[in-house]
Amino acid sequence: MSGYADIFLKAMFVENMPLAFFLGLCTFLALSKRPGTAVGLGIAMIGVMGITVPLSQIIYTAVLAPGAWAWAGLPEVDLSYLSLLCFIGLIAAAVQMLEMLLERFAPAIHAAFGVFLPLLTVQCAILAASLFMVERRYTLPESFVFGIGSGAGFALAVVMLSAVRARLAYADLPGGLRGLGVTFMLAGMMSLGFSAFGQMVAP
Amino acid sequence: MALPRLLTLPLIGRNPVTVQILGICSSLAVTTSLETAATMAVSLTVVLVLSSLIISLIRRHLPNSIRLIVQIVIVASLVIVIDQILQAYLFAISQRLSVFVGLITTNCLVLGRTEGFARSNPPGPAMLDALGNGLGYSLILVAVGAVRELFGQGTLMGLTVLPTVDQGGWFTPLSLMLLAPSAFFLLGFVVWGLRSLYPEQQEAPETEPPSVAEART
Repeated sequence: MSGYADIFLKAMFVENMPLAFFLGLCTFLALSKRPGTAVGLGIAMIGVMGITVPLSQIIYTAVLAPGAWAWAGLPEVDLSYLSLLCFIGLIAAAVQMLEMLLERFAPAIHAAFGVFLPLLTVQCAILAASLFMVERRYTLPESFVFGIGSGAGFALAVVMLSAVRARLAYADLPGGLRGLGVTFMLAGMMSLGFSAFGQMVAP
Repeated sequence: MALPRLLTLPLIGRNPVTVQILGICSSLAVTTSLETAATMAVSLTVVLVLSSLIISLIRRHLPNSIRLIVQIVIVASLVIVIDQILQAYLFAISQRLSVFVGLITTNCLVLGRTEGFARSNPPGPAMLDALGNGLGYSLILVAVGAVRELFGQGTLMGLTVLPTVDQGGWFTPLSLMLLAPSAFFLLGFVVWGLRSLYPEQQEAPETEPPSVAEART
């Protein structure tokens, strides 16, 4: 069990997607103006990553990995160069399906997400989670834990950043720093704080 | 708009990273050294120009409802080609870039330009616009990469510029420059500097502070 806890904590704190790997920064910066939208985005991220990473893992081991076609007498076939294309398609499909399901069975949650759900198709953090899963050879349960952990890390970071930015609405900043500039500085300081977690889960 | 303007405007005036806020994700992660930053910049510019050309050529035959998925497939195919070329000829660098070459697919800069410009313009201007945006992105990437490598390791493109203490020189490397936070700070300073020079880029102050109830959620 401790192996799974390690993966979860590592994905959430040490290898925090936006703050340590700079992934998904576009949505991270654009949608962190208000705490309300940030919470919605965070929940959507946990849901989508928890679904797509294990699904990518199944597709990769069953179809794409080197030697996956050995049962059909084709042990030398290696389709791993197609993984990028497959993962993108999978993410687009998963996001679309999640949206349709939510609209049908939980309209209130769907309304809360608003435009963020379709936007997640081009979120680099989600694609990166699938690619990291391949690079680190996670098993199916491990990749599920990894997906949830990465999503939770993203949610934590974006909610914290939005809380600080909401406070900054009252601050008198120099003109050039207003908006994007100060957000970069804030993200830098948060990233500095998160790098301290690196000592906690170190092997 | 005159053609050369399409090329020069995205360099500073409408820079994709600092003004349009596109393609930030990859621009920070690969800038620990000048070499990886330059490789990434060239790869992205090639993908951007080629995908703009292809999408601009098929723009009259592209149904509106499936255009996003077609664009993503075109971009992803080009990225796979670039990735394979890098692995074949520049294996060491491609190992250091790890997943970030693949992530050009979801780089908002590529999709933003094809969606925002190439889809509704002929191939010539579309390629010029793509090249201009690619160069604007490269400018920021190379600048940040050079600063981080110079002060983090005392080298540029792997050649020693400031001899470090370890090698008997005088320069103590700033190891913060090699860590993630420094990229945020540097890009923040770049944005600050550019917007002080060009005040028309500044954002309007948020006149309406968020309500107390929302801050508590």
